[in-house]
Amino acid sequence: MNYTKKYLAPVLGFFFSLIALLTSYSPVFAVENSDTETEKFNAGEMIMEHIGDAYEWHIFTIGDKHISIPLPVILINNGKLDVFLSSKFNHGQSSYKGYKIETQGEKKGKIVKVKEDGITTDENAGKIWNLSITKNVFAIFISITLLCVMLISVANIYQKQGIKAPRGFQSIIEIIILFVRDDIAIPAIGKEKYQKFLPYLLTLFFFIFFTNLLGLIPFFPGGANVTGNISVTMALALFTFLITNFNGNKHYWKDIFNAPGIPIFLKIPPIMPIVELAGMITKPFVLMIRLFANITAGHIVILGFVALIFILGGDNPTVGYAVSGGSIIFMIFMTLLELLVAFIQAYVFTLLSALYFGMAIEEEKPEHKQIIENKTNIEFSPENTGNIIN
Amino acid sequence: MNLITPDFGLFFWMTISFLILVFILKRFAWKPILNMLQKREKSIDEAIRAAEIARQDMEKLKFNNEQLMRQAKAERDEILKEARNIRESIIDEAKIKANEEANRIIQSAKESIHYEKMAAMTELKNQLATLSIEIAEQILKEELKNSEKHNKMIKQMLEKVTFN
Repeated sequence: MNYTKKYLAPVLGFFFSLIALLTSYSPVFAVENSDTETEKFNAGEMIMEHIGDAYEWHIFTIGDKHISIPLPVILINNGKLDVFLSSKFNHGQSSYKGYKIETQGEKKGKIVKVKEDGITTDENAGKIWNLSITKNVFAIFISITLLCVMLISVANIYQKQGIKAPRGFQSIIEIIILFVRDDIAIPAIGKEKYQKFLPYLLTLFFFIFFTNLLGLIPFFPGGANVTGNISVTMALALFTFLITNFNGNKHYWKDIFNAPGIPIFLKIPPIMPIVELAGMITKPFVLMIRLFANITAGHIVILGFVALIFILGGDNPTVGYAVSGGSIIFMIFMTLLELLVAFIQAYVFTLLSALYFGMAIEEEKPEHKQIIENKTNIEFSPENTGNIIN
Repeated sequence: MNLITPDFGLFFWMTISFLILVFILKRFAWKPILNMLQKREKSIDEAIRAAEIARQDMEKLKFNNEQLMRQAKAERDEILKEARNIRESIIDEAKIKANEEANRIIQSAKESIHYEKMAAMTELKNQLATLSIEIAEQILKEELKNSEKHNKMIKQMLEKVTFN
């Protein structure tokens, strides 16, 4: 029993990567099967389809039949609420209630109004507020539900066990919690004030890490490119931005509007205030781009190796089979690398958020500031490696 | 372009879901877990400190015991030494006393022997004297039985006196 528990994590990791490998095929086969009859296999389209959002959750395809989970579409158009299942669109092939999924142009993949005939796009229609539960939203819900179940059950174990040593699953979670607390929050924010930010940092770390891992599982309930979606990372970065600025003390704002050590003529608007303001916004902006780009890039590379088989096998199946061996090896490598990146990106996002909080609440102490800056330089290195890898 | 354009719907749901996640986890997961971790750390700290104190106490106790032991040993040695001294002095004293007694006894014995001897001598002398007198008496009696001899002897004696 203990033996199984001890080796659960590495075995699961291997298992996931194996599954990633095997099942990366099935959707692609589906794409190929349904597409070869009509048009040539388009790698770019396939990849974009896989890393993008969707109104239904495609699970697999048998022959020409698509099996997918229909997700609710919620639209607010001129103050009127329209709610229906995405299956009404018939995989994007028909319109419903005067809406359709755009198939071409700039708004491809989005829901637009159609004219009376039910086919052509109504270019003059007003803005539609689209609050649909898309594939990514649904994946977020799944991720959050699993996280809550997992962590609350661990919390219950803690309350039942008391101060006894952790065991089993509890100890895996505890390692991560202690890592976030002792290696991220306390060094970045300081021993006195870290407790206020710790719940947010822990949630951030667990959400990004867990969702990254779910994103590596290529079938339901994983496979959605949640953390590789810019809207998701934007929301996360916005939280960090808001918490940083709401907690900014006098010293923090003084540094922004009246930075010390700068000639007075530069302090007169517009030069320095704009630079400082830009710096304030750049921080969360970089957080947003980094996570999004790393995760999406990893997915694109893996999908690229899959696409390679079908591009080369399209003309001559023998070549496709020959290439598949190499592709599979590279995909295993990339998936293992993505496991690492999943952790590194969660770590970097959390660490940088913590550092920003630390800067916001830091008191005026020149020598202290120097230390923090040095630390920032050192701790930036993992993130740099992460970027180099991808 | 689609890839890097934020989508309002997803952003909206993400914001709401994440807020809910933060609040649920903060209330039901992080609070109990972090509390328990802190409690555990505190108890471990206390246990370590208590162990350290106990160790120091033990050491002190051990040191005290050793000292006590050393003291006891020293005391025992002292007592033994004293006892030995006392024994020796008692023996010595006894010897001296015994010697003295012996000497005294010998002395008195010598003295009594001397007295006895003297007494015996005196008695012997006395008896000898009486015996001599008796013998002399008898001899005189025998000698003076015939007057001739008697006269002769007187004469001889007188002659001697005259010659002188």
